[in-house]
Amino acid sequence: MSGYPESVQESIRKLEVTRLHRAKEEIPLLSLKERQELLQRYHPDYRDGGRREIHVGINQGQRVPHELADLFEGESRVRLDEVDLAGVKRETDVLIIGGGGGGASAALFAKANGAKTLITTKLRFGDSNTIMAEGGIQAAVGKFDSPALHYVDTMGGGGFQNLPHLVNALVSDAPMILEWLARLGVMFDRKDDGDLLASFAGGQCRRRVHSAADYTGMEIMRVLKDEVYHQGIEVLEFCAAAELVLDDRRRCAGAVFINLDTGERFVIRSKTVILATGGIGRLHIQGFPTTNHYGATADGLVIANRAGAKIIFMDAIQFHPTGTAYPEQLLGLLVSEAFRGWSAQLVNREGKRFINELETRDITSSAAIREVVERGNGVATPSGMQGVWLDTPLVEMNKGKGTIHQIFPHLFHRFHTFGIDITREPVLVYPTQHYQNGGILIDEYGETNVENLFGIGEVSGGVHGRNRLGGNSLLDIFVFGRRAGIKAAERSKEIEIGKLSLDHVLEYEKELKRAGALKRGIQAPLLLPDYRFEKALAKTHQ
Amino acid sequence: MDEKRWIPIYVFGRRYEVPEGLTIQKAMEFSGYQFIRSCGCRGGICGACVAEYRTPGDYRLKVALACQTLAETEMQIALTPFVPMNRANYCLETLKGEPEILGKIYPEIYRCLQCNTCTRVCPMEIKVMDYVAAAMKGEIEEVARFSFECVMCGACAAKCPAEISQPNVGLLARRIYGRHILPLPESLYEKISDIEKGRYKKVLKRLQQMSLEKLMEVYTQREQEPQESQDWAPKNPNFPEDI
Repeated sequence: MSGYPESVQESIRKLEVTRLHRAKEEIPLLSLKERQELLQRYHPDYRDGGRREIHVGINQGQRVPHELADLFEGESRVRLDEVDLAGVKRETDVLIIGGGGGGASAALFAKANGAKTLITTKLRFGDSNTIMAEGGIQAAVGKFDSPALHYVDTMGGGGFQNLPHLVNALVSDAPMILEWLARLGVMFDRKDDGDLLASFAGGQCRRRVHSAADYTGMEIMRVLKDEVYHQGIEVLEFCAAAELVLDDRRRCAGAVFINLDTGERFVIRSKTVILATGGIGRLHIQGFPTTNHYGATADGLVIANRAGAKIIFMDAIQFHPTGTAYPEQLLGLLVSEAFRGWSAQLVNREGKRFINELETRDITSSAAIREVVERGNGVATPSGMQGVWLDTPLVEMNKGKGTIHQIFPHLFHRFHTFGIDITREPVLVYPTQHYQNGGILIDEYGETNVENLFGIGEVSGGVHGRNRLGGNSLLDIFVFGRRAGIKAAERSKEIEIGKLSLDHVLEYEKELKRAGALKRGIQAPLLLPDYRFEKALAKTHQ
Repeated sequence: MDEKRWIPIYVFGRRYEVPEGLTIQKAMEFSGYQFIRSCGCRGGICGACVAEYRTPGDYRLKVALACQTLAETEMQIALTPFVPMNRANYCLETLKGEPEILGKIYPEIYRCLQCNTCTRVCPMEIKVMDYVAAAMKGEIEEVARFSFECVMCGACAAKCPAEISQPNVGLLARRIYGRHILPLPESLYEKISDIEKGRYKKVLKRLQQMSLEKLMEVYTQREQEPQESQDWAPKNPNFPEDI
């Protein structure tokens, strides 16, 4: 029994016929020049009309995706007469906005360094892109690996534009972070001899990705959540940050929140603020489906921009080459890069490969787009989606029967629910919006140009340049979560907060009006995607 | 739209008409719901969207994740956005891997009636009752492995007549297993010690200051570990420290 419609059966047969031959076929990695040409012709970042300049504010002149620019130029959700800045009751040393892996790790280290710490999160604690990370976390611990090679790989993946001091922090802290997680009880995959199992991701010259099956982010997140509770750190769920609050010296000093259950507006005053609000996927840049969590609506970028924080590389969006293209119910669902690390191949309608599967994500996605859009070699589904095959049965053939059950139980189940057995049949995939490569500019302690405001994880930018490597994001959130948590805790010991103010919000809105750029009717931050009525049928989201 | 087949569903008892083929989650969105609770990853891994439902002609009450389950004709749907669970306080560092520990921390596991409701309702198809049985016997590794795919949705805990919070028992077992039973490899500590002693400081500093052209050259010169690499060693194991 096949889980696929009759119309694609012929293509599956072609793929099966070429499998044995393909398994031994070598496709060389592209040269840097060839990579650049491929990107410029096919990567969505380079498409005309996808971006526009920001009209006002600290980031005036930077080009960002339209969907984000609209929010930057939208109206605040906070009316000044709704909040009482003088009578603030809640106060803390380190305020963490965002309840994913970055926020949780920052909280643990801030608390361990003696700070009164509070986590706020828009949805449930743990709801984040962290839990959706399947493949794993990079750390150079292999015999023939080193932080120096990790550095070189990361820079090359980012188009050599990454900020060197941030990459240095990332690769130097990685083994320590892995040990910290293991000591908290994260069940990393092991080899038979007990040593850590590692696999490849695109753009790595060494096997360096450490996993907990294809549940890596979820396994880490449930452990961190548990630890946060055991450490007695308070967590406010369903409280969305609507604006940052500054003091009279323009230092960050808290935030205005909306209780999403009750609609109540309230202010939390804090000596330091760590933004860990994650990414942008649910804005559906250029109409792409996304692998991201429901809450990935760029809220942190919007409020930080109003507060005067600089951003970097926000025109660089990562499209993951293997988002699910069929069945429709799983549209955009991430199919782990580890599949390619474990030897699964990308194959077109005719059963032919078209790229080395261990190229970086930007390159692999561009090649898949070229295959479908220019060469017409895509596989069409009955609903009109197009994709290419990820030949997953090859993993069973090369690495032994049972490998998929062992390494990819989550993805096996997801497809099995819809009648597709990925140990016997391939998966239809297409590039899917996965990650914002850029974000708020930070230093090696996660601090932004706004004093006492920190940014960590996906909301921040610089460490990944224009394209992040697989496995570097789970790493990034903990490296900079730890660094910012410690730094903010130290900082909070020396701070006297001045008079609270939301003047920056008023000034920003005035500037927008003056420039004729205010988008009336768009309330920003977005907080929740709107998929109601006909929008529920759009082909942009699962 | 016109060629779509329409089906009636009942959300909290209220009737809506939706196109066939949508998940419960999208069928509710099509009906006009904008989720605050009961929606998370939309990919079957976060446990936010537990739904209970009945279909016509079937007495059984079923439990599923709304993002992973198709809406059916005349389905009656309710959501379970939150399940209160018992979470014990413990300090992982001071625990050891002794077999009795799970029962000491969560003594209610011994109240299990072996009714198997937990296994029946688990949307991840985990054999929940089996890992509770393993917990009673003190088999920490079995509990850790059997419960590994738990998304902590709480469906089992909501239905358990013995009032056990199974997801937290599994979580405790996994953390003990990861911390105290699985050994941490020496190689990891060697690498950390090398870094702490500053072994890579010089090369990292050089790489950071390198011109773009030179860095590109280094990038191009790296040796690629092959897919089958059991007996592989790089020709130059000191690269790029020696450049």
